[in-house]
Amino acid sequence: MATQRAHKAARLMISPSVILLLAWMIIPLGTTIYFSFLRYNILTPPASWTGFENYYYFLTDPAFIPALVNTLVLVLGVLAITTIGGILLALLLNMEFWGQGIVRILVISPFFVMPTVSALVWKNMFMNPVNGLFAHLFRAFGLQPVDFLSTLPLLSITIMVAWAWLPFATLILLTALQSLDSEQMEAAEMDGAGWLSRFIYLTLPHLTRSITVVVLIQTIFLLAVFAEIYVTTAGGPGYASTNIPFLIYNLSLKQFDAGMGAAGGVIAVIIANIVAFFLMRAVGKNLEL
Amino acid sequence: MARQTTTGQRALVTAVAWGIGILISFPIIWTVLTSFKTEATAIASPPVWFSFDWTLQNYIDVNTRSDYARYFMNSVVISIGSTLLGLAVAIPAAWSMAFQPTKNTKNVLMWMLSTKMMPAVGVLVPVYMGLRSMGLLDSRTALVIIMMLMNLPIIVWMLFTYFREIPGEILEAARMDGANLRNEIIYVLTPMTVPGIASTLLLNVILAWNEAFWTLNLTTTNAAPLTAFIASFSSPQGLFYAKLSAASTMAIAPILILGWFSQKQLVRGLTFGAVK
Repeated sequence: MATQRAHKAARLMISPSVILLLAWMIIPLGTTIYFSFLRYNILTPPASWTGFENYYYFLTDPAFIPALVNTLVLVLGVLAITTIGGILLALLLNMEFWGQGIVRILVISPFFVMPTVSALVWKNMFMNPVNGLFAHLFRAFGLQPVDFLSTLPLLSITIMVAWAWLPFATLILLTALQSLDSEQMEAAEMDGAGWLSRFIYLTLPHLTRSITVVVLIQTIFLLAVFAEIYVTTAGGPGYASTNIPFLIYNLSLKQFDAGMGAAGGVIAVIIANIVAFFLMRAVGKNLEL
Repeated sequence: MARQTTTGQRALVTAVAWGIGILISFPIIWTVLTSFKTEATAIASPPVWFSFDWTLQNYIDVNTRSDYARYFMNSVVISIGSTLLGLAVAIPAAWSMAFQPTKNTKNVLMWMLSTKMMPAVGVLVPVYMGLRSMGLLDSRTALVIIMMLMNLPIIVWMLFTYFREIPGEILEAARMDGANLRNEIIYVLTPMTVPGIASTLLLNVILAWNEAFWTLNLTTTNAAPLTAFIASFSSPQGLFYAKLSAASTMAIAPILILGWFSQKQLVRGLTFGAVK
């Protein structure tokens, strides 16, 4: 039968992708789960079975609660800045003005800057307490310069990361805004609806789905922030800017405790899956086949 | 018309928009400016804006003293290599799902997307140990493969959304006119799919170029791309602002330019077609 042959061909075409991704999921993840039950120091093998000991030590580690709180503060802080800023910027860029193309390029550019570059530029050229531009600015106003990365490490990293993700939110919300029915807007305007009520009753409902997508996709990436912390504060001072990924990196590759690192990895996977569940529902709803 | 704006309003919006645009991109502008200063001018107080002796010395220094070309080549090989490999695997899959969807297609796509949700840090330990035992730590091969696996779900999804927009009737019409499979691919499908494939390529090269978890953790010197090279400035060296700026400018310039051309693809690729 022709259709049967077609089905066979289809399966043959899909299988390389599926097999690769399946292997990429199952082998490392399975190994992580296995390692998480071992007392396993990378420098002094062999490993021995310990049951849930690694989970117990990871969850009661003095760094765990600060890292969890920092992760949440970082994710929520960046989400708040980028979503609200993104809506405002999208509204602005959607208006008529001269040089729209160039301004749009200026606004989206930060998204293309690699994390290590943006982190070091912010750290040295802006936040440095002696030579940074912020220090110059503070001194110009007769104020004492702030050593951002040692006194406000988490806020500083939030600013860096938000700067990188603001363009993403803006671009997606702008795309959604451009598909807003302008006739409906005009009708509302003619019926005497003010700017604010038009925004609340027409624009915002239209943007709801895009905002959901922005929030969920960013959350996936923000839960994994690593490079910015790695090159600026190295998680410090103390645990003040350690998040879950950095903590796991520290345990596994700095303290060579593969077992505890793996237990942390399993917990990170669980946290990400909770978010992923909601993202998948949002994306799945829009996929019509 | 109610929505017509006056010239005055337009001028005001223009001023505000340009102001905010420059403010947001200011760190990049400042980095590029600083890269043309001497180290002394770079940290001058108060800061110098435009009136300094422009010099290319930092670019020369970075290139001659630090083996910059090798890091750059590693970035090129890893980002382009992983994307091409990903396309080779993904094109057949996206093709068959777009043109011959079955009742499982949606599930397969959603499952592929779900693999993207796995946090890299969750598998850091086994991947690191596995590569170490295979002697593949700090090798381009390992990074090309890992970057390909990281981006494969996005590649399949993007291609799928592009392919799905090609009307199936065109293929039928070509077939009725007597085109065989080979002609169908060469004359009908290729011209229609090339733009989508090119967009996918562009976005994924950008993503792979900027990836900074695996590249930082799995490389030391041989396979280190630009992300890792720049990270090496985080130690006291980082106080050389002008050189840091020159190295940073060179690291981000190619991708910044590619990025400007990929605004639309970015939205499609990173929202998995949920926002168009």
